[in-house]
Amino acid sequence: MAALVVRLSCLGKRWVLACIDGGSRHGRGAAIGLTSRRKRGQSSVAQQPLIAVQKSRKGEREWAAVVGLEIHAQISSNSKLFSGSQVHFAAPPNSLVSFFDASLPGTLPVLNRRCVEAAVMTGLALNCRINKKSLFDRKHYFYADLPAGYQITQQRLPIAVNGCLAYSVSVGKKPSQVSTRTVRIKQIQLEQDSGKSLHDEPRSQTLIDLNRAGVGLLEVVLEPDMSCGEEAASAVRELQLILQALGTSQANMAEGQLRVDANISVHHPGEPLGVRTEVKNLNSARFLAKAIDFEIKRQIHELENGRKILNETRSFDDKLGCTMPMRDKEGKQDYRFMPEPNLPPLLLYDTASLPPGADPQQVINIDWIRERLPELPGKTREKLIQQYGMLPEHSFTLLNEVGLLEFFQNVIKETRAEPKKVTSWVLNIFLGFLKQQNLAVNESPVTPSALAELLNLLDRKAISSSAARQVMDMKRGNPRAINKLIGLVRKATLSRADPTVIKEILERKLSS
Amino acid sequence: MLKGYVPPYNATVVQKLLDKGAVLMGKTNLDEFAMGSGSTDGVFGPVKNPWSYSKQYREKRKQKAHGENEDSNWLITGGSSGGSAAAVAAFTCFAALGSDTGGSTRNPAAHCGVVGFKPSYGLVSRHGLIPLVNSMDVPGILTRCVDDAAIVLGMLAGHDPKDSTTIQDPVKPFTLPTFADVNKLCIGIPKEYLAPELSSEVRSFWSKAANLFESEGAKVIEVSLPHTSYSIVCYHVLCTSEVASNMARFDGLEYGHRCDINVSTEAMYAATRREGFNDVVRGRILSGNFFLLKENYENYFIKAQKVRRLIANDFVNVFNSGVDVLLTPTTLSEAVPYLEFIKEDNRTRSAQDDIFTQAVNMAGLPAVSVPVALSNQGLPIGLQFIGRAFCDQQLLKIAKWFEKQVQFPVIQLQELMDDCSSDFEIEKLSSVSLKQ
Repeated sequence: MAALVVRLSCLGKRWVLACIDGGSRHGRGAAIGLTSRRKRGQSSVAQQPLIAVQKSRKGEREWAAVVGLEIHAQISSNSKLFSGSQVHFAAPPNSLVSFFDASLPGTLPVLNRRCVEAAVMTGLALNCRINKKSLFDRKHYFYADLPAGYQITQQRLPIAVNGCLAYSVSVGKKPSQVSTRTVRIKQIQLEQDSGKSLHDEPRSQTLIDLNRAGVGLLEVVLEPDMSCGEEAASAVRELQLILQALGTSQANMAEGQLRVDANISVHHPGEPLGVRTEVKNLNSARFLAKAIDFEIKRQIHELENGRKILNETRSFDDKLGCTMPMRDKEGKQDYRFMPEPNLPPLLLYDTASLPPGADPQQVINIDWIRERLPELPGKTREKLIQQYGMLPEHSFTLLNEVGLLEFFQNVIKETRAEPKKVTSWVLNIFLGFLKQQNLAVNESPVTPSALAELLNLLDRKAISSSAARQVMDMKRGNPRAINKLIGLVRKATLSRADPTVIKEILERKLSS
Repeated sequence: MLKGYVPPYNATVVQKLLDKGAVLMGKTNLDEFAMGSGSTDGVFGPVKNPWSYSKQYREKRKQKAHGENEDSNWLITGGSSGGSAAAVAAFTCFAALGSDTGGSTRNPAAHCGVVGFKPSYGLVSRHGLIPLVNSMDVPGILTRCVDDAAIVLGMLAGHDPKDSTTIQDPVKPFTLPTFADVNKLCIGIPKEYLAPELSSEVRSFWSKAANLFESEGAKVIEVSLPHTSYSIVCYHVLCTSEVASNMARFDGLEYGHRCDINVSTEAMYAATRREGFNDVVRGRILSGNFFLLKENYENYFIKAQKVRRLIANDFVNVFNSGVDVLLTPTTLSEAVPYLEFIKEDNRTRSAQDDIFTQAVNMAGLPAVSVPVALSNQGLPIGLQFIGRAFCDQQLLKIAKWFEKQVQFPVIQLQELMDDCSSDFEIEKLSSVSLKQ
């Protein structure tokens, strides 16, 4: 079955989505991937592997891009992964550093239980198999922000493997045209974060802040099932929502709690995969999509001009909008992986295998954690659709905007208006208003109660919908709008109310 | 590298002793980063064996070479915890702590005529012990008699939350009872430990010890630890690999020595490490990194781990067959003079001298070196007992019985005191004591 769907990419080139059977797609066992998706009972939307192929202007053969992601999420915990120092954002430099974090000789790692629980929760939420036994390793390289000269990670046997993440992308101009995709999760591993380097070029020195050194990270490895920047950004967004819903990470990209590295390659469909490059440390969803799309274009351009792609690491310069090779990564690094001898294997249990008389402080029961998982975004969206009869794309918007869902639910609580009305007002007028003013939901001058009240009035037909809009206009700071309102109120009071008083009352109400 | 470094925290074992009222007399000398078997490669210079100045040794030497400078041919202590062994042997303290990764506590104990105890791996906390090989290191205990070692062990053993490799079970302090059931014992003599380089004197004492047990009714049998001959090489691969990893933290950035170069981070690292480490340490780091390279990992590191498992299983099999304890030499011979020792390099010496002690570390077993008798030259010879994992008390019980039987002589250092003190110094000393 072939289906051709056209959509516009953010770079303006025409992208053609073609349906190709699983066999020729990756050559990496995509068939297996398909089966596992079905087994997990993921989206009932008929899932065909889709590749974004790009027609070049020269009329050459089509290109297919392959994008994989390595996502590092800082675990939301009180203390670090292997030491007792606290985890805080923006603390004075080197104020949260224990002897272990500073790599003083003789100090030993002690595993943080909360971090393990966070990893298990995340693994379960992403449909992974939780390894009941996992191991820790040392990954060696010399860098000033890595005091021990090695990072403790889980290379051989990570805590969770073989999961999947469902996300949605728009496939047409209309908002209703969304398609659900899944990306396979290769593994989730626990590892240490490094410190921060601040390069002081004028004084030719580098300042090291070790506050972040040793903070627990969840590295989530997404298989190269994605094909463009938008897919990657959507997948990351959904992962963010999941992590936030679980409480395992605040996943705020701007604060560095979520960092993404992308592995990108291009090839002609049917041929083997191309050489891939790694684009590191993308710390915003917008840059992520831009960087990936740029890199895809760049690679196609290089290859079409007879050049080769180097297997290198690149960074994204957001001002110039392009990727650049990173200076200090010459040649391939040999990390000299070695088992971490100071940490015994991490053993997890389920209810069946829990040893009798085990100290609950010392053991983790996977079943116990599974039973207490918070509601995931997918479920929340489902409930919104069922409860309020809203369209799927509305549920996505509600969740995608930080704080919007809570706002919406608060309005629903206080208003008698129909949910569909509320939905429409929140998503169109309210959100539109915020976007225009470049405000976040938590910066909104309009409170849920205020909107609820407004909608009540509307519902009672006490005011017209245009009047209600003008209230919003007023909030926008349009002073002339208030005159119109005054006019309306006068009409309603049959010209008996004093305009000045009306204005006072309105101003008071509107400023609250 | 750590010459001027003052640690801002106490090791668990030190803290435990301090909490019980112990008085810290001082820190002792050792081979740099515990790499060596002579205590000759430290930044503060080599350690001299107190027995070099003992009456017992000097009397024997007067019969031999004449016209030699008394002090020039002093003897090594063995290593790497030679300073601690010397301190205990010279009566400067009640007990001393060392480390034992391949025999570093037992070796100098044998050369200095003191008890050197290596606990089971996981029994005593390594928090605060600067690591050499994390999977083999233990803190070692040096004392003049087995009872003292038992006292110290009782204070140190037990779970430490700061060390994830310690066992969970709590351990209570204990006193060693007098061992009466020698006739129920089964002593194993590993045949592979009859090395050709073993001195005839040591072999003779080993033999006598076995006979002693037999005469008291114990069963003494020959056993086999078939993979013994591979243990030196295996140890070398694993030790250097872990060393390369553990030493990566010494970069001059956070603490310790830092060079003057600040052209770039890499240059600073390189110069700091070249200046801060001696040849022995640098050699092991380079070897270790070689073994950890991707292309070599499988053939060297993984292989060595597998061989280590075989070596450990050798011991398990022997103990499962009814043997309670193994009896072996600790060292090839008595302590040699420094000038002779340094004729061979550190690596060669370590490979030679660790032969009886290092398989024990690979298996994580408890072992103790007990001084047996003086050699023809008037120098101490020790023998080693190896016990089952976590049967440290049992091991010490047997060692204590043996110690009682052999009645090792006390070192006579009176001459040294007489030789050294001048009138001026005696006055000084007495004035100090009067003020008290």
